[in-house]
Amino acid sequence: MTTLALHQHAHPAGITRWLTTTNHKDIGTLYLCFSFAMFLFAGALAMLVRAELFQPGLQFFQPNVFNQLTTMHGLIMIFGAIMPAFVGFANWQIPLMIGAPDMAFPRLNNWSFWLLPMAALLLLSSFLVPGGAVAGGWTMYPPLYIQGGVAYDMTIFALHIMGISSIIGSINIITTILNLRAPGMTLMKMPMFVWTWLITAYLLIAVMPVLASAVTMLLTDRHLGTHFFNAAGGGDPVMFQHIFWFFGHPEVYIMILPAFGILSTIIPTFSRKPLFGYHSMVYATASIAILSFVVWAHHMFTVGMPAAGQLFFMYTTMLIAVPTGVKVFNWIATMWKGAITFETPMLFAVAVVCLFTIGGFSGLVLAIVPVDIQLQDTYYVVAHFHYVLFSGAAMSIMAGVYYWLPKWTGHLYDETLGKWHFWLTTIAFNVTFFPMHFTGLAGMPRRVPDYALQFADFNMLSSIGAFVLGASQLLFLYTVFKCARGGAAAGEKPWDGADTLEWTLPSPPPYHTFETAPLVK
Amino acid sequence: MSRTISGVCLTTALFPGLAHAELQFNLQSPATPMAREIYDLHTLILLVCLGIFIVVFGFMFYALARHRKAAGHQAAHFHQNLKLEILWTLIPFLILVGMAYPTTQTILAMKNTGHSDLSIKVTGHQWLWEYEHLGTGVRYTSSLATPRAQIDNQAAKGVHYLLEVDRPLVVPTGKKVRLLLTSTDVIHSWWLPQFGVKQDAIPGFIHEAWFEVEKPGTYRGQCAELCGVGHGFMPIVVEAVAPERYTAWLAEQKAAQAKVAAAAGKSYILAELKTHGETVFAAHCAMCHQANGQGIAGAFPPLVDGAAFSAGADLTTPLAARGFWKDGKIVLGSKERHLDIVMNGIAGTAMQALGRQLSDLDVAAVISYERNNWGNHTGDVIQPAEVAALRKGARS
Amino acid sequence: MDTSRYYLPAPSWWPIVGSIALLTLASGFVLLLQQVQAGPYLMLAGALILVGMLFGWFGTVIRESIAGKFNNQVDVSYRWGMGWFIFSEVMFFAAFFGALFYARNLAVPWLGQTPLLWPGYNAAWPTAGPGLPAQFTPMAAWGIPAINTLILLSSGATVTWAHWGMKKGNRSQLKLGLLLTILLGATFLVLQAHEYLSADFSLNTGIYGATFFMLTGFHGAHVTLGAIMLSVILARVFAGHFTPERHFAFEAVSWYWHFVDVVWLLLFIFVYWL
Repeated sequence: MTTLALHQHAHPAGITRWLTTTNHKDIGTLYLCFSFAMFLFAGALAMLVRAELFQPGLQFFQPNVFNQLTTMHGLIMIFGAIMPAFVGFANWQIPLMIGAPDMAFPRLNNWSFWLLPMAALLLLSSFLVPGGAVAGGWTMYPPLYIQGGVAYDMTIFALHIMGISSIIGSINIITTILNLRAPGMTLMKMPMFVWTWLITAYLLIAVMPVLASAVTMLLTDRHLGTHFFNAAGGGDPVMFQHIFWFFGHPEVYIMILPAFGILSTIIPTFSRKPLFGYHSMVYATASIAILSFVVWAHHMFTVGMPAAGQLFFMYTTMLIAVPTGVKVFNWIATMWKGAITFETPMLFAVAVVCLFTIGGFSGLVLAIVPVDIQLQDTYYVVAHFHYVLFSGAAMSIMAGVYYWLPKWTGHLYDETLGKWHFWLTTIAFNVTFFPMHFTGLAGMPRRVPDYALQFADFNMLSSIGAFVLGASQLLFLYTVFKCARGGAAAGEKPWDGADTLEWTLPSPPPYHTFETAPLVK
Repeated sequence: MSRTISGVCLTTALFPGLAHAELQFNLQSPATPMAREIYDLHTLILLVCLGIFIVVFGFMFYALARHRKAAGHQAAHFHQNLKLEILWTLIPFLILVGMAYPTTQTILAMKNTGHSDLSIKVTGHQWLWEYEHLGTGVRYTSSLATPRAQIDNQAAKGVHYLLEVDRPLVVPTGKKVRLLLTSTDVIHSWWLPQFGVKQDAIPGFIHEAWFEVEKPGTYRGQCAELCGVGHGFMPIVVEAVAPERYTAWLAEQKAAQAKVAAAAGKSYILAELKTHGETVFAAHCAMCHQANGQGIAGAFPPLVDGAAFSAGADLTTPLAARGFWKDGKIVLGSKERHLDIVMNGIAGTAMQALGRQLSDLDVAAVISYERNNWGNHTGDVIQPAEVAALRKGARS
Repeated sequence: MDTSRYYLPAPSWWPIVGSIALLTLASGFVLLLQQVQAGPYLMLAGALILVGMLFGWFGTVIRESIAGKFNNQVDVSYRWGMGWFIFSEVMFFAAFFGALFYARNLAVPWLGQTPLLWPGYNAAWPTAGPGLPAQFTPMAAWGIPAINTLILLSSGATVTWAHWGMKKGNRSQLKLGLLLTILLGATFLVLQAHEYLSADFSLNTGIYGATFFMLTGFHGAHVTLGAIMLSVILARVFAGHFTPERHFAFEAVSWYWHFVDVVWLLLFIFVYWL
């Protein structure tokens, strides 16, 4: 199989370049910039939420606006920030890491990206329509979702468009990885980042259509008089939850597996040691992906399912802890007896391993059905998913950005600023979210704009932490911007422990790379 | 850290109404045997997780401290160890099996609602709970009793802020109480932390839960499934009393209900209806339509004749069809249509069939109030008997 | 021309055009559902832009193919791509089949065991649910649906026969096979439309109506798309495209057609028959 690239076309400049590009590096940049903008917007929504929750009583927002803030924070973070950021990494890195000239379908790649700003336009402009934005939780449960106004339809279509983007993006990634690897790069020689994205792409292509079905049923129940989720017509609101979470649980693994890939790249680099247990990392990732299809109802333990259902889903959910634990042990074993240095990417990676594991433990606690009965729909769940999604996924994205910025821009970022960003983020994050374990245990429900007095102290603490956390991301913005504009020359390989193919290229790499396939031993 | 402390001090100085309960780190104290089992299960799992965390991250922090390039450590090159990998796959698996065993027993016990001493039907509404002691005819609603002024920071917050209701659920101690949960609109969830009970209330379905309270007392919980704007404002309060007291209480309720039914044919004057109507409005309508009747732009219509209201067609079309909206303004339509909207709701919108939550007197009072308040001057007086006739007509 | 190189396409306007098309289509749909007058027009505009984009984009790809720019590796990419696309469609239908399974085996029986709320409800399938009027005639399997099964199975055979023609270089067999496939597909659609019109139940007839029409409706939409794609292939055959060795577009569309056929078999068994 030859991998020689043929391109004989002109390169437009200015806006035309960005609208019409078929280049994976350009498209990766577009995804990353888009996701950063969405991250800041959704983060601002969270600041408003925490401002309202700073004290008991309603100070700033009536409940209907508050519910819009929390719902949109969730939707935009998941679909606008985390997922596109990882796709941005995939676009930049996968062709470089496998020695391919570009993605398998470069034009389709551009369509995957440009669908996202359209979806974002539809979703964000729903704040401005009568009745305001969706306010039924990002999980969109009926019958509440059937009651809402026009924003609810806009959200459904935004999800459809975003789903199309993800599906064609996954087709592209799977085909690229299976078909365009340089000669000599067998599957078991691929970098872990590429493996995690291959498996993530399989998950995406399997479950995004299921989400599409679910929201289509919501649409027809809303407007065409169907009774999918209406008991009078023989339907069941809980059926939506089953279909949604069949998508929803693999979705959370979609949001974490690429993060695992980034960790598996950074930790060996800065430990100056090969990744421990490469084969078992691959099998563990695959096991997590397969198991992720049979755990979904652990989000639904209180709906009234028979004990047999609760038992089955509890057992499978607990089982997922095993391959996840294997991965954590492998990362630590990689660090063990290495020669570790603590540049910003490594600081973030180490924090992720530690804090994500805390999230994993709270997940295990939630898996235990009787305990989940107490904790479902409380702030304990909010703590759990922020530990896995912020200090898991988001901080891995930050780690990856610091790691690869020198390659993408050709400049070294400001290490002092990077470290400040790291420490402010990590400390503020824990101040914000650790107390939420306690408020949840103590009895505070989630998705409430106001709370009883015994939760006041921890809420105030969380809000203060949140304000610092939010402000720190502006430092991140500045650091990234500054690096893009200029800085010390990065050279080919600023990290002496790095060993994947992109580090054999100049920084930044030429517009077209690997038009002749590299030799992989 | 000092910023936190000064923030807290400043706030308590400015808002002395903030009651300082001790910081709570764990589940609430169990009041039933099941809650106690859950509490102990959680403690066990927490300790196991803590133990694993300390061991595993002990290794990591050791490596971070000792295996540093700056400390002169040379990197080793190993990258696999089959025995180790098998061990650290097998040991967690066995720990999990160990945790699953006692848990399974508890799950089966929690689902076993058989051989109960009494059954109570619990119905979730937007935004209050309704309780019916099956087989006794005793039936009542339970709404948030915290005054709006406290929520709006215009009055000092009481110690049971957001956790107090007008009529608590009363149950006997020492008896197995079975709950049959459902809802009339969206999914709610009945949660009482000290009982270890949380069960979703799904419209159109009945789901069961049970508890047995050990000691008399007052126990508080909240709705635990997002159900709209009032989700944070529909608490649960349970009064557990000795069984003899419970029997006496049931008799008292039956007598009171009989009295109300006997007064069904009674006629009221407008002033009486408006006074009662204002209370009903505050408890059941103000969440959306606001205390001043002005609603929320684009979402919840005002109830004032001539007030401007623009919204999507999914709201304005049904309103117009009922004679309550024209050319961008709210119209105070006919008394009959007004009754219909309140009793039966408007399908496909957030306006619920309040006839299911409210008594005849409540409906009559609140509509009389609305039609003669905020600048509305219809002079209409609706009697409970009219509402009763409407219900009877609908049933036939 | 060195055809051993992987073709990288030039920068293209089609993706942004397609994105604007979908945004317009979606916005129009939103307005339509709100009964705003501009809604249907906006939807039409979006649909036209989308069709324009499809013609333009596929047209470009066809021209690149004819110019010989695609080597074997690109061909393999297209095969993977079409395969995974069809898989995503399978998952879309799987969710609706899942809903049918859940409703029949869990939701409806549970409703039948809830006399406190639904006294006297007979929870037998097919049902419109405990709260709606119950009288309707469910779609019988062994009438037109059975005929439609034969029609689609035959169309699977005719498209395979056309493929053999393609591989042998027998253009007449290819054209006839394709034409028969399209005609069979069109017949299927006409019969389905007749069934829809003669049904005494609708999308609103409880969970039976909802699952029936959504499943068969989306299937019919896919048959329509498949028939359009087959027609495009037929037009290309008449234009002289394809060789016995290189005819991936034909294969892709025939895979799609077989997928549509398999979904129908599942529909026939689980929606009509059992």
